[in-house]
Amino acid sequence: MPSPALRRALADARLHVVTGKGGTGKTTVAAALALTLAAGGKRVLLAEVEGRQGISQVFDVPPLGDDEVRLVHDPSGGELWGLSVDAKAALMEYLQTFYKLGRAGAALEKVGAIDFATTIAPGVRDVLLIGKVYEAAGRTAGPRRGQGRLVYDAIVLDAPPTGRAVHFLNVNNEVAEVTPMGPIKGQAESITRMLRARSTLVHVVTLLEEMPVQETLDAIRDLSAARFGLGCVIVNQEREPLLSASSRAALRAEGVAERVRADLTAVGVRPTHGMVRGLLAEAAAHLERLDLEEEMRAAILAQDLPVLHLPALAEGIEGGGLAVLSDLLRNQGVR
Amino acid sequence: MAGTDRFDVDALIEDRGVGVVVCCGSGGVGKTTTAAALGLRAAEAGRRVVVLTIDPARRLAQSLGLTELDNTPRPVRGLDTSAGGSLDAMMLDMKRTFDEVVEAHATPEKAAQIFANPFYQAVSSSFAGTQEYMAMEKLGQLRAEAERTGAWDLIVVDTPPSRSALDFLDAPKRLGSFLDGRFIRLLTAPARAGGRAYLRVFAFGIQLASNTMGRLLGGQMLADVQTFVAALDTMFGGFRERADVTYALLKEATTAFVVVAAPERDAVREAAFFVDRLAQEGMPLAGLVVNRLQPLPAASLTAPRALAAAEQLHELGAETPVSAAGVGPAPAHLDIANAPASSLSLTVELLRLHADTAAVRARQQAQVSRFAAAHPGIPIIEVPAAAGDIHDLDGLRAIGSAFAGGSNG
Repeated sequence: MPSPALRRALADARLHVVTGKGGTGKTTVAAALALTLAAGGKRVLLAEVEGRQGISQVFDVPPLGDDEVRLVHDPSGGELWGLSVDAKAALMEYLQTFYKLGRAGAALEKVGAIDFATTIAPGVRDVLLIGKVYEAAGRTAGPRRGQGRLVYDAIVLDAPPTGRAVHFLNVNNEVAEVTPMGPIKGQAESITRMLRARSTLVHVVTLLEEMPVQETLDAIRDLSAARFGLGCVIVNQEREPLLSASSRAALRAEGVAERVRADLTAVGVRPTHGMVRGLLAEAAAHLERLDLEEEMRAAILAQDLPVLHLPALAEGIEGGGLAVLSDLLRNQGVR
Repeated sequence: MAGTDRFDVDALIEDRGVGVVVCCGSGGVGKTTTAAALGLRAAEAGRRVVVLTIDPARRLAQSLGLTELDNTPRPVRGLDTSAGGSLDAMMLDMKRTFDEVVEAHATPEKAAQIFANPFYQAVSSSFAGTQEYMAMEKLGQLRAEAERTGAWDLIVVDTPPSRSALDFLDAPKRLGSFLDGRFIRLLTAPARAGGRAYLRVFAFGIQLASNTMGRLLGGQMLADVQTFVAALDTMFGGFRERADVTYALLKEATTAFVVVAAPERDAVREAAFFVDRLAQEGMPLAGLVVNRLQPLPAASLTAPRALAAAEQLHELGAETPVSAAGVGPAPAHLDIANAPASSLSLTVELLRLHADTAAVRARQQAQVSRFAAAHPGIPIIEVPAAAGDIHDLDGLRAIGSAFAGGSNG
């Protein structure tokens, strides 16, 4: 059952920013989240900003270019579109829109000005990347911005990892230091308004391991200090406990190895000492892992944020795994 | 993994001809832990080692004595020094490293001027390539110090936690070439540039570029960039050359790259990119470390046999609900798979856990095999996953033993 806290958090959300430590499955979770929203009949854009082509890998489609590509059409009428935002393309588009540069844009490229602006000028790159998301978020079907209905009902942004996320989202501060004026500054202010609005939620993906959890706690602290709206913590690749409490007790009992050996012999397995010892060692490692996960889970739950749980998939995300994750998110109340 | 060479880590760390080991791989694969374990093992084998870590987990850092980020190597306590080795460790502070570079090359007045420049502040603390650039810079410094003082004969470097392993190779050059690039040159020396015939062709473009960038970014930023680059320019001969020098160091025969991966699709793919890239660049690859492979202590029992036995036992348990060795019924809410309460239920669960564990391991090994097939001749070592996190020297020693033993779980 969806918790009231989760329902409240998600009801107003239109822009979902997904971050997490490297290796936690951030992109997969962002994709599953986008798929869940689309399966609810929404028109959803899933955007990545690091040029890693993670979306095309997750959906097993050719690499995404500068254009939005439809990835999924759901029977409910929902649609999922994908976009890999490229800073250079975004800058060219931006210059074209605001300065009508025409072919002069090529001259800018030639002297290295585009590279300069998109690579080294601090913060500008991030403004351009989120700027594209901002543009898509406000895009309407009418002839002008603001006319007609919004093109996207929801946007899921596969953001940079936790270590860089606050910096990335804090474009305004970043740009203000070096660019006190100019249209980039103006753009940064509009973006900041969008990111701080109630309709924007930042979700943090974690594994139940020490470093990812530590980074998650740090990110939650930093994101709230920077006044971003926090959504959920999404615990990914959660392990199913395969040993019951009674087995845990039985493992501690005297003579357990002998009893396991007898049971195995009873069904025709010829157990060696090594095999029985190995089985018990596997059980001990599993229990140690579960205990550690329990400790980590408690640290996450203490954060007073809605928590979503996704299991470790035996076959990975290939062959329908993404749909499984998406269903699980829906079952937990994600709409 | 038939036909694959085992990566002999001990031979690498005992090879006195190797002075620098660079551990690289994508984020979250255990680079830092691998670097620390390598450094510790080398030190306990008699080498005088310094480990440069970039972003260690808090408890691992503490175990190495890295309680403060002061950009200086500190001796690691608790080391077995019977072989005559030593181990120092440090954590990279990129801002401070950048400051040190400036201080080392500029007069105090000039340095103060650079530090006050907002563009410098932004570049030194936040530019995406700065951490990689400064890791390279620090490596260069450590090596110079090692040659000068003889304090160390092996430098083990961890690389920044970027999503792509290739960033470590590319980012410094990118930073160097942009600080050194044509647009910045033109901004900083418009008069000189205008006088050169080959640049006159671009006169229109330059003018347009400056104007547009000025309008877009605000004139103040361009002015800051100009003063910043001009100030840096006079004190050391170009960022690009500097980056090139460190890059050349990585190609030397005394350097060895250790590529680290976790046994999962994305990490293995990143490792493959990196291995190919090293080959292209002529950089010396020592081998691949596959971290956190699922151990399987009862490997002699196959997964299908375990599942079949579990099924049989389960049926047996359903027929005779009370086993001689019963430990009492489990609380209903914790009871898994409706197993009857007896030692039978324990054995059933052990067998199912084993089958599950074996399946995980098989999938991981398939990833490694795929890599091995595509990259024949690259030595590989698998390190079994520890049940808990690694945060003390004993944990690092255990990884070191896995390096040596080629543990198969």
